[in-house]
Amino acid sequence: MNTHTSSVTAAEPTQKASFSSRFHVRSISGLIGLILVGFWLVISVIGPMLSPYPPNDFVSNTVFGPMSMKHFFGTDYLGRDMFSRVLAGTPYTIGVALAATVAACLAGVISGLVAAAATSWVDMTISRTQDALISIPSKMFALIMVASFGSSVPILILTAAIAYMPGSFRIARSLAVNVMTLDYVQVARLRGESMPYIIFKEVLPNMFRPVLTDFGLRFVFIVLLLSAMSFLGLGIQPPEADWGSLVRENIGGLSSGAPAVIMPAIAIATLTIGVNLLIDSIGSKSVQH
Amino acid sequence: MTELVKVCGLQVAVRTGAGVDVPIVHGADFSLHKGEVLALIGESGSGKTTIALSLMGYARSGCHIVGGSVHVDGTDLLTLSPSKLAKVRGRTVSYIAQSAAAAFNPAITIMNQVIESAMIHKTCSRREAEKKAIGLFRELALPDPEHIGERYPHQVSGGQLQRLMAAMALITDPILVILDEPTTALDVTTQIEVLRAFKKVVRERNTTAVYVSHDLAVVAQMADRIVVLKNGEIQENSLTKDLLIEPKHEYTKSLLSAMKPESRQDTVSQNIMDLETSTPLLEVRNLEVCFEKGKRVLQDIDLKIRRGSTVGVIGESGSGKTTLARSIVGLVEPSLGNIYLDGEALNASASGRTREQLRRVQYVFQNADTALNPLHTVEDILARPLSFYHGMKGQKRRDRVAELLSLVHLPDSIAKRRPTELSGGQKQRINLARALAAEPDIILCDEVTSALDTVVGAAILELMADLRKKLNVSYLFISHDISMVQAICDEVVVLYSGFKVEQGAGESFQRPPFHPYTQLLIDSVPEMKQGWLESTGANHETLPKIAPIKADVVLCPFLDRCSVRIDGQCNQVIPDRKKLEKGNQIFCHHSFSNKKSQALEVEEQPISQLQSV
Ligand SMILES: Nc1ncnc2c1ncn2[C@@H]1O[C@H](COP(=O)(O)OP(=O)(O)OP(=O)(O)O)[C@@H](O)[C@H]1O
Ligand code: SF4
Ligand SMILES: [Mg+2]
Repeated sequence: MNTHTSSVTAAEPTQKASFSSRFHVRSISGLIGLILVGFWLVISVIGPMLSPYPPNDFVSNTVFGPMSMKHFFGTDYLGRDMFSRVLAGTPYTIGVALAATVAACLAGVISGLVAAAATSWVDMTISRTQDALISIPSKMFALIMVASFGSSVPILILTAAIAYMPGSFRIARSLAVNVMTLDYVQVARLRGESMPYIIFKEVLPNMFRPVLTDFGLRFVFIVLLLSAMSFLGLGIQPPEADWGSLVRENIGGLSSGAPAVIMPAIAIATLTIGVNLLIDSIGSKSVQH
Repeated sequence: MTELVKVCGLQVAVRTGAGVDVPIVHGADFSLHKGEVLALIGESGSGKTTIALSLMGYARSGCHIVGGSVHVDGTDLLTLSPSKLAKVRGRTVSYIAQSAAAAFNPAITIMNQVIESAMIHKTCSRREAEKKAIGLFRELALPDPEHIGERYPHQVSGGQLQRLMAAMALITDPILVILDEPTTALDVTTQIEVLRAFKKVVRERNTTAVYVSHDLAVVAQMADRIVVLKNGEIQENSLTKDLLIEPKHEYTKSLLSAMKPESRQDTVSQNIMDLETSTPLLEVRNLEVCFEKGKRVLQDIDLKIRRGSTVGVIGESGSGKTTLARSIVGLVEPSLGNIYLDGEALNASASGRTREQLRRVQYVFQNADTALNPLHTVEDILARPLSFYHGMKGQKRRDRVAELLSLVHLPDSIAKRRPTELSGGQKQRINLARALAAEPDIILCDEVTSALDTVVGAAILELMADLRKKLNVSYLFISHDISMVQAICDEVVVLYSGFKVEQGAGESFQRPPFHPYTQLLIDSVPEMKQGWLESTGANHETLPKIAPIKADVVLCPFLDRCSVRIDGQCNQVIPDRKKLEKGNQIFCHHSFSNKKSQALEVEEQPISQLQSV
């Protein structure tokens, strides 16, 4: 009767895990991602407290000064301390992007779930609206928003959130539609469960990993969008500066290889690469199971 | 005669997450002569596919070959470099997989895919390859061999696709062909055609082949020699005829006996008689389902299920079995007809039914893998219906979960696990336990044993029979396996493309006459004896000629496959439902009263000799 339970064979360890096994490499890259992201998150909170100089003070007579013990990242085009300015820019870059990503994903996932669960008529309305939004190029949309409402932190968050919500909606809706057709959701329906129970207990938990991956990707896109906006001078307005505006301000130092332009660029790169590595390791875990 | 393929001391291990190697094949030795067909047989997890893949020098991801040698035509494949192996695969050794649908690219024509490996290995020019492919299509008895290659994979049937995959494997004239469960996904009636085609080409070309299967009866038709596997070890290696007559090993004996379903008509037969007059527990009246306008997937279905009885529904894939169950539970809304529970009409849609009505009719899904939420523990899964329908909480609920687990013969310790940590049989038991948690009056079981091994499937059936005695539940039992259904059901309904073609008591399916389609189903179930494939009447004879059919008249659905169709009758009017002398109701122009006129009589044999899949 219970034949199937006895089919586990005696497990004999024949070999120790080797470090080169793919499993390890994957989790190491995930670890690097985690460290990078964790580092920047911490800096965005405590960074301003570490800054050796007020970020907007002219502290040196040399412009585009080199790295030194006095100025770790050199000085910028007005002789301000670059290290302090990068630290001061961190909360802008990360905070604004994070707020926008959370808003985009929340709105996207909620509307996606509603569309998947609702009647075809509601689904149609939501989907077409989102399609209309997605067809506007995000940079163009951002330019229009800033041109009509001016550049401020709330407007930037709103702009990025609206520009990236439809992508999140599409992913969430297709995931939810897929999960909804799975047999275990049908079982819950047949049991007579309410829609909220089905969504929160059966559907949402099974979408979590891909939605999280999407969240990370979207965060990277938004960081890049905001940096690009700042680079064009339409983002955070001087004297405050996020990393994107730091790059733009100091673009003149590019020819001389000044750290003032390289350092904020590296900051952007490490943050986005870190998030990417982290996402990849989350994604591959879900594949393994 | 020298050995063409020789496997010595083959060991394969799988690496677990902790980096520990667990052996799954412990030293297999066997060999094949040229032109010999060897079968690898065993339950799932016994290492059949693993061994078959290693014959190509390949191990699935997570597995690796630890030791031993695989000599094919004198070369040890396990010592070859990856680039040399790539030359061997598809050229010297080719592989026919279980699911042809997954092996074909839907966007490329069949011909291009069939000759692809000949092109890659540059064995011949494109024109020669195409000519050869057409020859193979003809040998494999494919319709319209000249032009079938121009079609796309979705334009041919499953059985045809499986044969096309065989053509793909044979195009390079490989030394060794590996067939991995090539007919498992097919209906019995289609399986016969495919097996015949395979056998013919294998014999005509004197191909050396390894045939992997869990079905001893199928293997008996195909193989010269059988290797029986269990837990990665070879139990027995004998000639087919010896193994069938006197199996040497205990395990082979148990495998042989598990293939014979026992009749279980012990319980309810007299109950049925008693209750013949009272209201049935569940009644389906005049049901019709259309998914698209005018295309009926089910029509004119009447069905009564009495308390404590088991009704079986059989038919081939696409005949509407699942649709019937889904419309009973309210997942599919019928276009006509009603479902009655205790004489009370149910709302067409599940969302319009009361909680009590939903509780009383439970549906066990075909596929236990997708029917259990992978993130919930077994306890969550079983506890939900308990609190939802019976308001149980805390300790009482935990006790009941434990009780349910023991009811389906599972240990308590399983409660904390998630479905991904369970075997197929265990999942199916949880699936059943969840239905039982509702304390239903009737359980609809959709192919609950189809995805399982013979031995595990037999255990589930026994469990269900047990529960019926204990709890007096009724079952609607859906299956494509006629011998199993007639053994465990009080009443059997045969569906053919949405029509109910025959209905009668379970035991009445042991003796003819039958509806011609039922007859075909019975004849198609492989028997555990050599030579059955050649002797069985199913799908063999050329069909009687009939005059062309007028457009837009509704006729018997089985007309174009029926071997006893009557010109002037079957091709002109739709038949009535008739009652046979043995009590069965059939949908046919024949009434089978004049016995000697029936060609069907030749095939007289008690069905209990038939073997299940
Ligand atoms: N949602 C749907 N929309 C359109 N056609 C459908 C739908 N579901 C099923 N069908 C069609 O209805 C017919 C019957 O399908 P059904 O699933 O009931 O077959 P089945 O007998 O259960 O087959 P199997 O043995 O393969 O499970 C098939 O032709 C199928 O293609
Ligand atoms: S009605 Fe005619 S075609 Fe249909 S099953 Fe009967 S004999 Fe065959
Ligand atoms: Mg089905």
